Formats: sequence, C-alpha cells, structure tokens
Amino acid sequence: MTLLSLHNVTKRFGGLTAVNGLTFDLAMGETVGLLGPNGSGKTTALNLISGYLPLSDGSITLSGDAIGTLPPERIAHRGVARTFQLVRALPSLSVGENVLAALAFRKSPLWGQQAEAQIEALLADVGLSGRASQPADSLTYIDLKRMELARALASDPQLLLLDEWLAGLNPTELRAGIDLITSLRQRGITILLVEHVMDAIRALCSRCVVMNAGTKIADGPTSEVLADREVIRAYLGDEHA
Amino acid sequence: MMKLVFALAALAALALVPAFAGPYPLGLGIGILGYGVLATAWAMFSGPTRYISLATVAFFGLGAYTVAVLADMLPYPLVLLVAAFVGLVVALIVGLATLRLAGIYFVIFTFGLTELVRQLVTYYEVNVTRTLGRYVFLPLGPEHIYWQLLALLAATLAIAFWVSRARIGLALRVIGDDPVVASHLGIRITRTKLTLFSISCVIMTLAGAIQAPRWTYIEPSIVFNPTTSFLVVIMALLGGPNRLFGPLLGAVPLFLLFEWLSANFPNHYSIILGLLFIAIVFVLPNGVLAAGDSLWSRLTRREARP
Repeated sequence: MTLLSLHNVTKRFGGLTAVNGLTFDLAMGETVGLLGPNGSGKTTALNLISGYLPLSDGSITLSGDAIGTLPPERIAHRGVARTFQLVRALPSLSVGENVLAALAFRKSPLWGQQAEAQIEALLADVGLSGRASQPADSLTYIDLKRMELARALASDPQLLLLDEWLAGLNPTELRAGIDLITSLRQRGITILLVEHVMDAIRALCSRCVVMNAGTKIADGPTSEVLADREVIRAYLGDEHA
Repeated sequence: MMKLVFALAALAALALVPAFAGPYPLGLGIGILGYGVLATAWAMFSGPTRYISLATVAFFGLGAYTVAVLADMLPYPLVLLVAAFVGLVVALIVGLATLRLAGIYFVIFTFGLTELVRQLVTYYEVNVTRTLGRYVFLPLGPEHIYWQLLALLAATLAIAFWVSRARIGLALRVIGDDPVVASHLGIRITRTKLTLFSISCVIMTLAGAIQAPRWTYIEPSIVFNPTTSFLVVIMALLGGPNRLFGPLLGAVPLFLLFEWLSANFPNHYSIILGLLFIAIVFVLPNGVLAAGDSLWSRLTRREARP
C-alpha cells in the first residue's frame, strides 16, 4: 500500500531548477534511500515533502491525500516527522523539553505526567536515558542527533524523513545508528533516508532513488542502483563509469 | 502552597501602602506598578519569542485616550472594558499584519506603529474634534489608581505564571528558539504568537487606561511618548525577560533611577538612558537574575572542587 507519492514534483528558485519532475512512491513500512551527489536536490525534496518549501509544480500525496500545498504544521499532524541536515536543537530548552515540544503539539498531544513517562522512554530508545534535565546546548554532536531523532519519534510519525542523520559519526557510532534505524524500521515506520554513507544504505535500504542535478536518474533495488553506470558516473565521473 | 500564601501576603501588604505612604511615595509606587505591569506584559510575549516590540506605548496611549474620550459617557468599569476591547482589536490587526515579520523588521514596524497611532489620534483630534488635549475628570484618587494597578500587576503575574507552565508557553519558547522546528513539530506559529501578543497588548492598554485619571489633562505627546516603550524594554532586559519576576525586578530600580535622572539631569536624561541601554545589553544580556544564577553556579562549582 502506497504511503507517500511524489508526482512530477518540481522546485524552482528563480532561474535554478533544484528539483525537476521528481516522481516516486513509498510503500507503507518501506525504508528507501534518497541518494545523489551534493547539490542534486535531495534535501530540497525532503523540504518539499515536509512543507518547508512550497512546490513550484507537481503534487505530493500522503495516504492518498494531497499535502503539497499544506504548511509544515499540518503535514506534521498527518504523521510526517523529520530531522535536519544540520542538527536543529532548541538550545534554550532541556533535552527533555526538546522531546516534550514534539509530544505536546502532535496530533494526539501528551502533556504532564503522561508526557514525562514518554520522554524517558523515547530518550532511552535513542541512548539518552537519564539525560532529560540536561541543557540541550551542552550535548555532543552525536547526542544532539540522538535527541533530534527522539524529538522526531515523539511526533509519532508514520513517515520519517532522515536528512544525513548518520553523517559525521565514527564507526562505533555509525553501527549504533544503523541498529537504531533498523529498530525503527521493525516498528513499521516508513523511512526516507537521505544519506551518503554507503554501508548504511546497504544495511538499511531495500530500495534507492538516485537524483542528479534535480532529476531522478535511478530507482530500484539498492544493489542494482549502486551498480548502475549512470549513478556511478554522477558520483564519480565518466572515467569510473 | 507556601508560595501562594507568601504571594497573597505580599499582595495584602502592598495593598496597605496607601494607608501609610504620603503623596510622593505613593506617586512613586504608582509609577513602579505601572512600569512593572508594562514590563511584565512586554516580557510575556517578547521574552520567549525574542520579538522586540516597541509598540508598548501605542497600546498604553490608546488605553489612556479611550478613558479620556469615554469617561463622561460611560461608567468607569465599562470604560475599562471598552479600552481592553480597543486594545484587543488593534493588537489583532497589528498582529495579523506583522507577526509574520521577524527580527529587525518587526522592531521597526512596531516603532513605526507607535508614531502612526500618535499621528492618527492627533489628526483626528485637530481636524475632527477641533481640540488637541482632553481633560480627564474622574472621582479617583491616587490610592484608587494604585490599587487598580496592583490588581492588574497581580493578574499579569498570574497570567505570566500560567503561560510559563502551559503548552502555549512552551510553544512560544520553541518559536523563539527556531520557528522552522516549531512548524515541523505541529505548532501553529501565527496563532500562538497572535494569542500571546494580544493578551500582552490588552494588559498594556489597561495599564494606560487605569493611569489616565492621574494626568487630568492628556494629549498625544504625553501618552504616546516613545521613551516609555524603550524604558519598558530596558527594564525587562535588566531584570531578565524570561523570568517571572525579572521584568518587575528591573522596573523598580530603573524607574527610581529615571525619576532621579529626569529631575536632576533633564537635559542629559536621554543620553544617559541610551548609554544604560547599551550597557545592559552588553553586560547583562539575560538579565540580573540569570547573571546571579550563573555566578551562584560558578561559585558552588568552585567550592565543590577538591
């Protein structure tokens, strides 16, 4: 069953077309990698899905309902949560309050004691158990990423958009990160993953969509897509294709 | 519970002040309460969102003018209600027009709004009513104004306390930290900001309305004086705009200082005010309460070290 559907999605910034006629579907429970070299339009595509940017053309549907013209808060209420390429913590809040901010404003909000129990459970899920009262701006980079993921999960999403969530991690942290995303997949959350870490993509994604210069150049099973000549050319240049 | 008892006892003690204080100390008390209300109401919205509003005096002046216009026509409590309604309507119009702005654009707009309101009132008075100033004759003594302001301050602090613990307070803090994250978490940014901005502006309007009988004679240059907006910002920043009692704590010493400065250095008052503003922003960006906390935690950390 299709959860997310992009049809001919286009985004223009003046004379620059950042995303050009992007079309693909995401089935319920699927984990799909959205790949491409820097500047290929991956993050712009996520920004269009989450409502951060308005579409120039095309349509996006979630469970059959058009969401392409909705503002981010209404898309969030329909079950789309995300992390950001550059971690966006709420620095004046504690770690727990960062998570509470998502619990308190999701479609079925939690507040008070119910929320507190949930905050601890979510922080434990991402390896931040017992850190709720710590100021968010005192966390290390990896812990900020964990907190941002806990915040996204607190929205109770059916679709999770992860924008290079595994970037910048050391091998041990990467392993833990892959295990964490695997556990989310096992919970039935549909995940669209923008990522450059190929080990993670192989481990997590059964399917990949590849973009180059705003256009989709490949879409299929991960092993086939990663061996595709055009994908290799886009990443590494003509001499390697 | 103990805190509530203490707060009620403090309120009762403050309510007894007019029985003991002479006219001058009572006047100072009214000034402190008036600025305390304005600074607390200002911080309720501008503290968490970091939207620096310079429109305080626009609402304060509207409240005062509403009383001046309607005092002869309606019973006083009804005049206050109408003033609150006027403040609410203007706040909703201004909020809908400006709260999508951020940063310096919002600051400039709110500053311009004050001037616009002042000029509109002046134009109306000169060209329609053919008079510039108005007399306010109400059978209210300074002690009545003091008690009303004290009640308004208590209500403002109670609302600020509720906001700081309610979902809407958290929403404002999230918006202040990162509006992009706020919208992606499902927070309705414009509605949240508009709600708190309106509450804050209604309180400011009431503060102006309650103080109108104090002047007896009012005109736009008195009740729409932009210095009031700047004073309120400095007071809130000095005490700490994100603490419940911070703005009030800033209002007490600064009001007394400004009184002294304006009496003793009338020609240099504005220069000193400007320098003080700069000094507070540089030295105490989060206010004295936060600076005190930070100093305390540094001292205790040093003591804890072997």
